[in-house]
Amino acid sequence: MKTLCAILLLCGAVALLPAFVSSGFVLNLVIMTLYATLLGQAWNILAGFGGQYSFGHAAFFGTGAYASAALQVHLGVNAWLCLPFAIACGAAVGALVGALSFRYGLRGSYFALVTLAFAEVLRILANSVKFTGGGVGLLIPLKSSSLDFQFQGKAGFLYVILVLTLAGFLLSWWLERSRYGAWLTAVRDNEDSAAALGVNVFRVKLQAIVLSAALTAAGGAFYAQYFQYIDPHLAYGPAVSVEALLGPIVGGLGTVFGPLLGAAALRLLGELTRNLMGDAPGVSLMIYGAVLIAMVTFLPRGIAGLFRHFGRRAA
Amino acid sequence: MLEASHVSVSFGGLKAVDNASLAIRAESIASLIGPNGAGKSTLFGILSGFLKPDAGSVRFLGQDVTGLAPYRICRLGMTRTFQIVQPFAGQTVRENIAVGSHLRRPRRRAALAHAESVARRVGLAGQLDQPALELTLAARKRLELARALATEPKLLLLDEVLAGLNPQEVSEMSPVIRAIRDGGVTVLMIEHVMQAVMDLSEYTWVLNNGQLIAEGKPADVTRDPRVIEAYLGHGAAERLRTAGGRPHA
Amino acid sequence: MLELSILFPSILNGLTLGAVYALIALGLTLIYGVLHIINFAHGALLMIALYGVFFLNAKLGVDPYAALPVMVPAMFALGYALQRFVIGRASHGKDENILLVTLGLTLILENFALFAWRSDTRTIETSYTFSTVAIAGAMISTPKVVAFFGALAATAILLAFITRTDLGRAIRAVARERQGAKLVGIDVEHVFAMSFGIGLACLGAAACFLLPAYYVNPQVGNGFVLIAFTIVVLGGMGSFAGALLGGFIIGVVESVGGLWLGESLGQIGIFVIFIAVLLFRPQGIFGARA
Repeated sequence: MKTLCAILLLCGAVALLPAFVSSGFVLNLVIMTLYATLLGQAWNILAGFGGQYSFGHAAFFGTGAYASAALQVHLGVNAWLCLPFAIACGAAVGALVGALSFRYGLRGSYFALVTLAFAEVLRILANSVKFTGGGVGLLIPLKSSSLDFQFQGKAGFLYVILVLTLAGFLLSWWLERSRYGAWLTAVRDNEDSAAALGVNVFRVKLQAIVLSAALTAAGGAFYAQYFQYIDPHLAYGPAVSVEALLGPIVGGLGTVFGPLLGAAALRLLGELTRNLMGDAPGVSLMIYGAVLIAMVTFLPRGIAGLFRHFGRRAA
Repeated sequence: MLEASHVSVSFGGLKAVDNASLAIRAESIASLIGPNGAGKSTLFGILSGFLKPDAGSVRFLGQDVTGLAPYRICRLGMTRTFQIVQPFAGQTVRENIAVGSHLRRPRRRAALAHAESVARRVGLAGQLDQPALELTLAARKRLELARALATEPKLLLLDEVLAGLNPQEVSEMSPVIRAIRDGGVTVLMIEHVMQAVMDLSEYTWVLNNGQLIAEGKPADVTRDPRVIEAYLGHGAAERLRTAGGRPHA
Repeated sequence: MLELSILFPSILNGLTLGAVYALIALGLTLIYGVLHIINFAHGALLMIALYGVFFLNAKLGVDPYAALPVMVPAMFALGYALQRFVIGRASHGKDENILLVTLGLTLILENFALFAWRSDTRTIETSYTFSTVAIAGAMISTPKVVAFFGALAATAILLAFITRTDLGRAIRAVARERQGAKLVGIDVEHVFAMSFGIGLACLGAAACFLLPAYYVNPQVGNGFVLIAFTIVVLGGMGSFAGALLGGFIIGVVESVGGLWLGESLGQIGIFVIFIAVLLFRPQGIFGARA
């Protein structure tokens, strides 16, 4: 219950933000942090709770982004209606990747590499097919109406991403206190033991990747709407997959608040380096790489693990 | 309640289990013994669905379960433990046991409550909130037992739950296993240590080089020359007889 | 259908490319075979080696082939240090951790290159850049022919080293039986670092052979990572002969596939092979173990 209260309080506070802050810079900062949180939450379901490290979440993200954008550009479908369609497409790609990988028993590094290969295949396809606009990408026509999932100011986008992040929070919270979550973490810790205790390992992993892919695709659709532009590199490039895994690893794998902590810490770090170093290319990603190595080496349980450690000491 | 008939499996030309047949009676403690590498764990793997036999069949409660996925066999009421205990890391004892409880209890609260009662049965009640990784080996063996028990099996396959325990710990574990049997669960245990099996089990099979070489009451089986030879080497039975000794491996 | 007059040079080109791929994959498979880790930063490290060759040429006028005695030991030293001080400390017994750490390394190297040398694609020009050799009527560029024989020679040297020297024997012992090697007094940590170093030394050599016919930019390693993995997986993880043959297969597939489907779609063939092999035959075509 404490966790649920914290989630609701936090989201409530963010919801009130536009009433007090009108700075586009600050709102954009909050939006991008929540967006990174959403991607992290999605990755965390599969990797943090389920133990399956994906290096190719871009496959789901890009599918969501392209599904939504292409439907709008080619068929003129309303953007709001595109969102559930995008989520369904992402989930379908997740189901396909999961069914193949888990049926044939891919684990650990092999699973990571195969997901990366799927994302690369989709990137090359998107680069070559007319439907996705090829290398030029797709430009979503400007409408500037909330009825078309386009807003005048930032506040509208803030509410949308807040709702999506809240869904991610509730999903993670549910995983910590449900039979499904117990089975998923059991599979993460030891597949054979879980199977001996009656857990259908294949099905549990498949469900996890579908949930994770659906949430990631929602992030992709949001991205396309927020920037009104998508191309193969933005959608299916490795940068998205890296962004999805960085947050939870920094914040704390397999925890409810890890993805948020990680996203916020990284955003802070990113802004700090930009202030110190200017807009030099590559500097922030270079620092992210160093942070990733440092976290895995010295703090494998992330910032959340640090909190827990000191919390226990104080108690 | 469990019948294996003529099961065989080989790995790369090596027959790990060769034409083995056994039948377990309900509500008993039976055991499967044999020297290291005899194929005991492999046979367990076949019975519990982790390995598909090349030949032969396994029937459980009258149903053919040959090659059925482990989770399905578990749902039918047969659960196994593993020789190398691996608790779900990062979870407490209570949460570990609850994974098993969830099989028949979808609700979290019910599963956690059930986990507590199972912990009491195996003597882990005092350590419910301890992280599983911090347990001693003896406690981990109990946890392995508790998790399996929490699925409410009719038949429990225990893979060396006594191995690695000191005599004191073994004697503490024995009544726990007897109590499980008295609660209506049939037990089949693999043991390498013969002494423990002699005390606990009512019937025993001896496996050597993948073949079942003897079966019967433990006291009789351990007098069988073939069994003595399997454990102590060729000619051992002859030497023991002339020396007038009794094996106590 | 394709005419033989187009197909034949394309296959030859594929074979020259394949030899270099094989050398790169050899480094990866050696690291995998001994340490049982997947070095995700292999491509990024190749990129660094390519920049090394480039700057030696641009600043000091060193011929790329003359850069071999500098690049090979330099990459070896880098590899030894990386394994000893960074990668070896991060694993905590989980192979996903190695993947994450080498991913972090990739991020650092790629973005350092972007920061220090900008995103421009660079090539070098030598007296032989545009010269060609006629092979059975097909004109193949001289640097590619040199790359082919150079990569094969480097592979032969590596194989001789592994089979004939004491260190090579120690490496094979550790690859086969880690605990046993420790028991007979082999310094396993040292062998790990040496193997990682040799794996990167392969990249140093590959870079020298590659650059005259190729280019370098900060992202150039990306393309090589999955290709090298595909080769290693195709040939069977840890198998040298498999890496060699896999390299040639992938080189030809890429070259002929590109002819057929166009440059960008042609790459799909490689990834499809990669996914299919991992799913259906994870022990590789030649390998026996998973």
